[in-house]
Amino acid sequence: MKTLNRRQFGQTLIATGAAASMPGIVRAQSFPSRAINYIIPFNPGGESDVTARFQQPFFEQITGQSVVIQSKPGAGGATAWAQLNGFEPDGHTIMNTIVPHTVLQPAMKDVGYQTADINNVFFFHYTPDAVVVNVDSPYQTLQDLIDDAKANPGSVTFGGSGTNTANHLASEIFADMTDTITTYIPFKGSAPAMTAVLGGQIAAAMSYTTQGVKAGEQVRTLAVATEERVAALPDAPTFKELGFDHVGGAYRGVAVPAGTPTEIQQNLSDILQQINANPEFQAQMTAAGYEVIDVPLGDIPAFIEERKTAYGPAIDRLKSA
Amino acid sequence: MLEALLSAATPFNLMLALIGVVLGTIIGALPGLSATMAVAVLVPFTFTMDPASGLIALGAVYTGAIYGGAYAAILVNTPGTPAAIATALDGFPMAKRGDGDLAVTISCFASAFGGLVGALALLIVAPPLATIALKFGPVEYFWLAIFGLSLIAVLSKGATLKGLIGGFLGLGLSTIGSAVVGGDVRYTFGNPVLLGGIHIIPALIGLYCVPVLLNMVATQDPHIERAATGRGTRVGEALTLMWRSKFNLVRSSVVGTVVGILPAAGGAVAGLVAYSEARRTSKHKDQFGKGAVDGVIASESANSATVGGGFVPTLVLGIPGTPPDAIILGALMVQGIRVGPQLFVEQASTVYTFIFGLLFATVLMIPVGLLIGRTAFRAISSIPKAVLAPSIGVLIMIGAFAVEQNPTHVVMMVALGAFAWILLKFGFEASPIVLGLILGPIAEQGFVQGYLIGNAGGNIWGEFFGRPISLAIIAFTLLTLLWPLWSDRKTRMRLKGAPE
Repeated sequence: MKTLNRRQFGQTLIATGAAASMPGIVRAQSFPSRAINYIIPFNPGGESDVTARFQQPFFEQITGQSVVIQSKPGAGGATAWAQLNGFEPDGHTIMNTIVPHTVLQPAMKDVGYQTADINNVFFFHYTPDAVVVNVDSPYQTLQDLIDDAKANPGSVTFGGSGTNTANHLASEIFADMTDTITTYIPFKGSAPAMTAVLGGQIAAAMSYTTQGVKAGEQVRTLAVATEERVAALPDAPTFKELGFDHVGGAYRGVAVPAGTPTEIQQNLSDILQQINANPEFQAQMTAAGYEVIDVPLGDIPAFIEERKTAYGPAIDRLKSA
Repeated sequence: MLEALLSAATPFNLMLALIGVVLGTIIGALPGLSATMAVAVLVPFTFTMDPASGLIALGAVYTGAIYGGAYAAILVNTPGTPAAIATALDGFPMAKRGDGDLAVTISCFASAFGGLVGALALLIVAPPLATIALKFGPVEYFWLAIFGLSLIAVLSKGATLKGLIGGFLGLGLSTIGSAVVGGDVRYTFGNPVLLGGIHIIPALIGLYCVPVLLNMVATQDPHIERAATGRGTRVGEALTLMWRSKFNLVRSSVVGTVVGILPAAGGAVAGLVAYSEARRTSKHKDQFGKGAVDGVIASESANSATVGGGFVPTLVLGIPGTPPDAIILGALMVQGIRVGPQLFVEQASTVYTFIFGLLFATVLMIPVGLLIGRTAFRAISSIPKAVLAPSIGVLIMIGAFAVEQNPTHVVMMVALGAFAWILLKFGFEASPIVLGLILGPIAEQGFVQGYLIGNAGGNIWGEFFGRPISLAIIAFTLLTLLWPLWSDRKTRMRLKGAPE
């Protein structure tokens, strides 16, 4: 038998200690017992898909089980979310969810599910809202844009992804807090909206930091909705710096079908939290413009309530529109 | 450049290109399994490769899948992918009369030629070409969709009124589900299954393939004429026909490249636009729809050219030109490659290695396509109908299910298929319906966005009629619609003036 050298022995000791201090790992031996089916309610290549693929290898590394990413797009995610509770509630089918989408969609229309039907176990990041303009745009700062919108009500066009989406909501919140009137133009996804900014067909995009990062030097990001500046966009000021109290974006989480045992839900929450703690995972996420956050199982109800309150006035405005 | 050429030609990369093309061709040939799906399935395997090799594998699968769609279109009248819709229009009549082998061979050469034109455009002029993608705003897409709908006049083969009714039916079907623009939930009858709308792939299979299957069972005639023995792949004949049609070939490839660059268009639109141009400029218009070689050449060269064209905005601007490009873009992000104008400078070796790999894959498509094509033709033309019909039936069920692992899609496919079969009995063809279904959302979104933008700028008329590209597309639409009337009149005048 091979004997351990001192360094290997030390590593084993640390690993054992770490495993013992995290209850999730010990129980993880019984769950998951087979491959995990990770359903993404959007097309491959989008933010939900990309971040799930960032998680995939770490998930497999922690649990020793493979993760199969499956795409079920349709109706801005509603098609998949309406089906969520029909899957086997054993924790081996998990689904990507987004707030505000799952708050906004049922509030606006009958989409086949209610906000309370979505059993989130963990929220792992948010993609911060960002105001993005073409690099050749006359707007050098957010104030330039606000001034123009005040002088010519309705003439400033904001492109975003779809109707009743995070971008749509953000443009309402923006109008509310800056006391301006702008025109929101819905596109089929955040990418086509950015294309229209690059092509100069619209004045600005109410988009995400990730889009500002992706478009690189072709665009200027006028403001981002984070607490601190985003590492990947060091020149873009936060709304807070500019005097507007707005932090938020698309909060992405993982949900399980109703009836999944609490123990398994907690297991999943622990696994996802462990992925979030991995520096390599964090580096990938940050470089692309995502903000990693931990909202574990126990904090979910309070988190959803807090978000609902934050969206309340803007949702009322959308409803009356 | 030379260095990139050499690194693309390593045995490993060439092997990836070959395997990719073979896999892609087979996947594309199966109805329901699309290029997007082929690429999505392969993506995780490329994470272990270096970026250039991974891209070559993805590009090869993509090219193969777009081409593979031609087999099902020609031999079973079922576009294996939306890109092959226009191929079925003349490919299947060719197969019916016993020229299926010739159609398959021609589609292979035309695809390879189109693919090469697209890839060369990517190699030589990508950065300036990419700006075309930006020139197309909502209004331009609206007019492009209207131009596309004008093709109903071309596709309805003389029964214009029935074609228009079919087109409206397709437009109506396209409104089902929750609207991207406006968010309204339309015609779902309270059924959440319909929220996502009618998915194009189950619709394609249902509308085209199910009637073929039902007819196969309902009639005594062989499905397609069997090949005369000892005819081989008819390569010489195919090449002669292609040479005769060289202008069509080049024009269609250029159309495909340009349409591929436009993010909201794609292979189906490219094939249809090239097809209608081929028909408009042809001296034998009446042959189209009855098995014209030119129709197959136009559609196949154009849809394969969209592969290279689609990579142009994907790599230069980070805007995916086609749905499979969106997945490849996602894969690039995971690999840590940042696309954008700097990519061709900073990552030059990766990019050029990939482009050369794509060129090699396109060339490899010729032997692969001829070989698989011959096998497919022999199989379809010699398997007895009692075996063929149920086999295709099972395949399309799997195909419709596989799109999103959704059993509802199978039900939708069967329902639309039965509907299409009845309509066909009354002389309504599937193509106008499909055209409405594909172009409806593009037209709707373009119109609403254009209207909102025009309204915000206080100039709605100017938005729709004051932009040069829009005007050019409007002119083309009028040309397509009025040309047949004008040329008919000219012919009649000549006949009148001629001595008895």
